[in-house]
Amino acid sequence: MRQEIPLLITAIVGIGFVIQYFIPHWPFSRMSDWFSDWFSIVGACAIILGALNLMKVSIEKTYKRKEDWGYAAVIIASFLLMTIIGIAEGRGFRNPGTSFDWLYNFVYIPLSATMFAILAFFVASASYRAFRARNFEATLLLIAAFFVMIGRVPVGHTLSSFMPIGWQLSDLASWVMTVPQAAGQRAIMIGIGLGIVSTSLRIILGLERAHIGGGK
Amino acid sequence: MEHFALWLSAFLTLGILSFLYKDNPWYKLSEAIFVGISAGFWVVTLFWDNLVGKFWDGWQDEPMLFVGAALGFLMLLRLVPKIGWISRWPLAFIVGATSGLWLMNYLASNIMVQVMATIQPLFSTGYASGFDAGWGAIISSLVIVVGTFTGLVYFFFSKEHKGAFGGAARVGIFFIMITFGASFGYTVMSRMSLLIGRMDFLLGDWLGMIG
Amino acid sequence: MSTRAKELIALGAITLFALVFYFGKIWGWGTFEFPTWLSMVVIVLIGLSLLWVLILTLKGQLIERRVVFIYVAFAVALPLFMSFSQKITISPEVYQLHNALTELPAGSKVLISFDYDPPSAPELQPMAESIIRVCFEKDLKVIVMGLWPQGPQQANLALEKVFEDSAILAKNLQYGRDYVNLGFQTGNEFVIQRMGSSFESMFPSDYEGTPYREIPLVRNVRNFSNVDFSVNLSAGFPGTVEWVQIAVDRYGLLMGAGNTAVQAPVMYAYLNAGQLEGLLGGMSGAAEFEAVAGYRAKGTKFMLSQSFAHVVVIAFIIIGNVAFFRSGRKSKLKGK
Repeated sequence: MRQEIPLLITAIVGIGFVIQYFIPHWPFSRMSDWFSDWFSIVGACAIILGALNLMKVSIEKTYKRKEDWGYAAVIIASFLLMTIIGIAEGRGFRNPGTSFDWLYNFVYIPLSATMFAILAFFVASASYRAFRARNFEATLLLIAAFFVMIGRVPVGHTLSSFMPIGWQLSDLASWVMTVPQAAGQRAIMIGIGLGIVSTSLRIILGLERAHIGGGK
Repeated sequence: MEHFALWLSAFLTLGILSFLYKDNPWYKLSEAIFVGISAGFWVVTLFWDNLVGKFWDGWQDEPMLFVGAALGFLMLLRLVPKIGWISRWPLAFIVGATSGLWLMNYLASNIMVQVMATIQPLFSTGYASGFDAGWGAIISSLVIVVGTFTGLVYFFFSKEHKGAFGGAARVGIFFIMITFGASFGYTVMSRMSLLIGRMDFLLGDWLGMIG
Repeated sequence: MSTRAKELIALGAITLFALVFYFGKIWGWGTFEFPTWLSMVVIVLIGLSLLWVLILTLKGQLIERRVVFIYVAFAVALPLFMSFSQKITISPEVYQLHNALTELPAGSKVLISFDYDPPSAPELQPMAESIIRVCFEKDLKVIVMGLWPQGPQQANLALEKVFEDSAILAKNLQYGRDYVNLGFQTGNEFVIQRMGSSFESMFPSDYEGTPYREIPLVRNVRNFSNVDFSVNLSAGFPGTVEWVQIAVDRYGLLMGAGNTAVQAPVMYAYLNAGQLEGLLGGMSGAAEFEAVAGYRAKGTKFMLSQSFAHVVVIAFIIIGNVAFFRSGRKSKLKGK
């Protein structure tokens, strides 16, 4: 029972979406609408579950005074602050001028934006220390990166303004992006697509059972 | 309040940036606030937009939403160890729905349409438009066909890469390297943009040094 | 001097610097702009210091990663004080998106999905502002939504910015009649799938709780067939890939996209296949769109920093490789 029902659910829902693609009419269209609606609500509950789990772990860490428990307490406090304020403010919680919007603008934005911005430093450091033209393939990679990096910014135009139009660095960058890059990208895209199609089929047919905690 | 808000933002921004020097309490504090605030942000947004906006406002018109709510409730039971296994049902629903939708989406958009877009008239800009393509367009079309085909050959691992097949796979890897190079270039662009955004905040909004 | 003492001194110096300039701002010091000669001196100094890095590296000593970090910080920050004018070359895919928008008849409905969060805002927010501004200038109706929870809030920020323009303000645009923010729904690609049959079912109310059927702008919008054009501003999943797969390929929606530079290369395959009606990639895409639309906003302003940062990264790649070849293609270089 613990394995069969989930397998059945997976198969019915999966096959339902496949049929709806070919027959987008009643009753399959209706079924697809229901599934999409349910997915939205289940998805929301899954994310809320994640947040609650984070709280559970943090409370446990704080209660047992484990290493760095102070930071876990900060996580709990900031979570409660954001949640209580957001819930208390009602449907218009993200309107300009609300406390939730204030926290979003002055706490959430600087933290999240800076967290990703520091990657710029590591990209530059890696370029210096690890990006080597060790063989022909790596050299091709470097050349493509060079053309794109220099050609997509105005300095590329300045450096190659003496060249005829169509052969300037910006034109070459554009060509690299729309022709050989797009071709390689398309090959990767088709390859990934084939992989997803076969994996999806295996899941729907019950050959892949990792998601329900079962092997073969 | 505005002064406090700006200094708080700057304090948190510099706290995250301080990680570049080394892992330190200022960074850890900022990181913990980020984790808590993010989780809170998600919960509030999902509560109002989804549970209230979608389910509560919509169930009168669509009573079947209760099935979704029931599945969602089963998902939350994962927090109760004794009956946590029942959360596999909504999980199976999520996996099944994603597989069914992705199967057709990827087959149609990422395989069929891409193959069709690769097989195009060589000397014309479209069917029934005569021999109107320039040399540049003809060469570009050929490069796309060769790049896509050889790239796919490279990904075919069921046959040993030897002889003509190996040669094609080698050409394919060249195209894939160009793709990775372009992606690297764009990644640098992206990361630098994010940093520019933060510098603009620190030097502009906070300290008022730039316009 | 102990490390702790040095750290405290550095922290004190940063605080002092910040306090001086913050109070300077309050006292009305105004902004700083380097004169041309100073900008040139700065550029020469950076060039010379990079030469020094090259020499050090050739001697077999990799410079410390924190020194690279300082270079990056300067390369990004110093150009913000410079005022060189730069020519921005516009790519065909940017023209394509601009033309697609401007050729729409007045009153057409444009759906803009904000599928990004604050970290990607430096790239996508300038695009959002320019696109909304073009829509309002051409009297197009704007429907905003988000597949990312932060999307609707980023949309509000963009709308606020656009309304700072007196020409747009003079149009007396009304919420609900000329533009609407439907908010966020979770469900990723399933939201798009559901919108294919009914917008209202996915968004029973807008982000403030106003019932869908009470909003004049969308009252008659049943599904994608009632939308004339769409723009997707995307930073990842769910985003342009899912919109193309479902809204474009299944339901025939016409769509252009603005993407972060990280994911833009993937979109060229879709662009080439005609699944996208134009593409803006990263901050350069934003600057190009501003140029073609005739604005000078943040995308354009940041291009000098972007140029500098790219040149510094290229310089570091070249330095690393010169040393690599000089050392007989063996990684004998040392450093922390």
